[in-house]
Amino acid sequence: MRSIRENRRSEIANRYGKGLAFVWASVLLFLAVLLVAAAAPEKHLAVYSTAANYSLPVVQRQGQDYIGLLELLDPLGTVSAKSDPPRWRLHYNNILGEFTVGKSRARIQGRDTDLSGKFLIENGRGLVPLASLNSLLPRFLGGPATLREESNRLFIGNIATHFTASVSPDNPSRLVFHFTAPVNPSVASELGKLRLTFRREPLTAPASPMLTFGSKIIPSADYSENNGAAEIEVTTSIPLLASFSPDGRTITLAPAKSQTATNPPGVSGVGAPAASIPVVAPAQSNVQSSSGPPPTSAPRRYFAIVDASHGGNDRGEALSTTLAEKDITVAFARRLRQELESRGITTLVLRDSDANLPIDDRAYFANTTHAAVYISLHAASNGHGVRLYTALLPYTGEDDRGPFRSWTTAQSSSIPLSQATAASVASELRKLQVTVRTLSAPLRPLNNIVTAAIAVEVAPPASDLSPLTAPDYQQLIAGAIANGIVAIRAQLGAAP
Amino acid sequence: MIPRHFYLAVSVLLLAVLSMGLYAWHMRGRAAATPVASTDTRPVEAPVAGPTERETLFVAYDDIGVLRAQSAQIPLPSVRQQRAEELLRALLALYLGKSSPHQLSHGSDIRSVYLVDPGLAVIDVNAAFADGHRSGVLSEELTVASLIQTLSANIPGITRVKILVDGKERETLAGHADLSGFYDVSAVGKMAEQMQAASQ
Repeated sequence: MRSIRENRRSEIANRYGKGLAFVWASVLLFLAVLLVAAAAPEKHLAVYSTAANYSLPVVQRQGQDYIGLLELLDPLGTVSAKSDPPRWRLHYNNILGEFTVGKSRARIQGRDTDLSGKFLIENGRGLVPLASLNSLLPRFLGGPATLREESNRLFIGNIATHFTASVSPDNPSRLVFHFTAPVNPSVASELGKLRLTFRREPLTAPASPMLTFGSKIIPSADYSENNGAAEIEVTTSIPLLASFSPDGRTITLAPAKSQTATNPPGVSGVGAPAASIPVVAPAQSNVQSSSGPPPTSAPRRYFAIVDASHGGNDRGEALSTTLAEKDITVAFARRLRQELESRGITTLVLRDSDANLPIDDRAYFANTTHAAVYISLHAASNGHGVRLYTALLPYTGEDDRGPFRSWTTAQSSSIPLSQATAASVASELRKLQVTVRTLSAPLRPLNNIVTAAIAVEVAPPASDLSPLTAPDYQQLIAGAIANGIVAIRAQLGAAP
Repeated sequence: MIPRHFYLAVSVLLLAVLSMGLYAWHMRGRAAATPVASTDTRPVEAPVAGPTERETLFVAYDDIGVLRAQSAQIPLPSVRQQRAEELLRALLALYLGKSSPHQLSHGSDIRSVYLVDPGLAVIDVNAAFADGHRSGVLSEELTVASLIQTLSANIPGITRVKILVDGKERETLAGHADLSGFYDVSAVGKMAEQMQAASQ
């Protein structure tokens, strides 16, 4: 009897023991899955060059980030390596690099270079510390290479894609990004956010990473870089749709309700919670056009284009030891946009950050936007008041050919309208007792613009330069320019 | 016995040698303190001998932002191309002078002027001219108008002008005035009229 009871007890203990083991195994499995899921994502180095844009895995050794040197140089030229431990020799085009395992110095073309860490060989692969690329690559490539270590992005040569962003005051608002080169980001959204991620494009930061637009629907956008990618996160209060222009240089974010229920190809509907939608490449076919048909028949999205001259490396006039023309023009441009938009004039600011924007690109943006008027802003320390310029024409250039306008004399048919615009602005400035002159000038890109185009050079009212940065003076001038544009609005709007 | 007058003569001569030595020492110190003339690269007056001619220069005035026609007596050679060069050098000499109405940078010069028929003049300025030029729409426009107007007003037959910097094409003079194309002399003439009429 006793033995039967003991048998039952051991049977029950066995059953419970198996159950307990199963529970423990499940918990361990769950923890393992959790650990794998929570592990840091694989690190990558994004490389941007004129030859190719590519991405390489980054490995961690001895607490440092390392990269395979052969793999890095391979897309850029003719490269070969010979491993003879502890030595490793690499030929890039006609340049010889000699590395030794465990040594933190290498010889490139007979000259010593610091590697900021020990050189390693793994399975014949030569690994160099990521931090050494800033000093190592110029020796091989013979040109500049800039590594942004915090975001694992490597720029070889002077390659960069800049962008401007502005909100149109249409009802409802739209956010328009203009890029200096075609882009193809992936688009994702979560509640109240829309994210554009650029993995293949050498996108560079605007002057301020936080862009504010003063719109209730799209109040701001934030630029950041991380793990070989650049990202623009747009804050929005309603779902947005992203559309690409055929040339891939313009992305428009518009409220989803204005779109059809089914998204056309090339347009991503985002804004619904927890959606993540990759977008068709803008270079591919069936892409919705945001630039639209030829200038004459295109719908007008912006009435005015305000171009803050200079930017980036081009500082313009050094107004003082600390004050550059490029900074004044951006401040004026933002103020002028406010003034124009407060008078119901939809306005796009071409340069809203400290970016290099070539003159041809400015003309390209202005012409493809089909605006009614283009206003280029300059600042100067000599003279007083405001000088208004229209293009100096006839400018000896090529003649128009068929439907194609000559680039150098594109402004010729709009000169009377440009002069009328300058006269209207001058009249408003004179009402405020501001000294004003109206001149023609050999100033690009005025002659490349197909619509009414003026340049405004703002000088201080007296010899003291401080009013150039004073909000009151900027407001006064910007308000008068805006009044001048409003006064001639009907004439400008009637122009093709 | 050495005669007395001999003593006197030797003493006077020694005194003269000593005083001349001191004077030479003083002059050497002054010369060292004065900047060496050879480092001054400003163009000197036109190295042209011969009779002078009265020509019209279009002179820019920065303080009031205008261009003014001003006659000047300039020695000019008879060869057309050399005349063009000397005219512009005379204009630059005004701008590089102490009371310059339109400041150009130290060392600015005209390298050459090429007259290419029919009607094209190519003005080649040196790098110092453009690199040190004051940046600004009006300031650069005044320079361009001054050069082209002075040339076209005094050398007949010029209808187009191209400006090179150190023998090469440059996009702008100092960030504003376009140098990439050819200037039409009649258009620049109208621009110069605006600049002569208006002032601030």
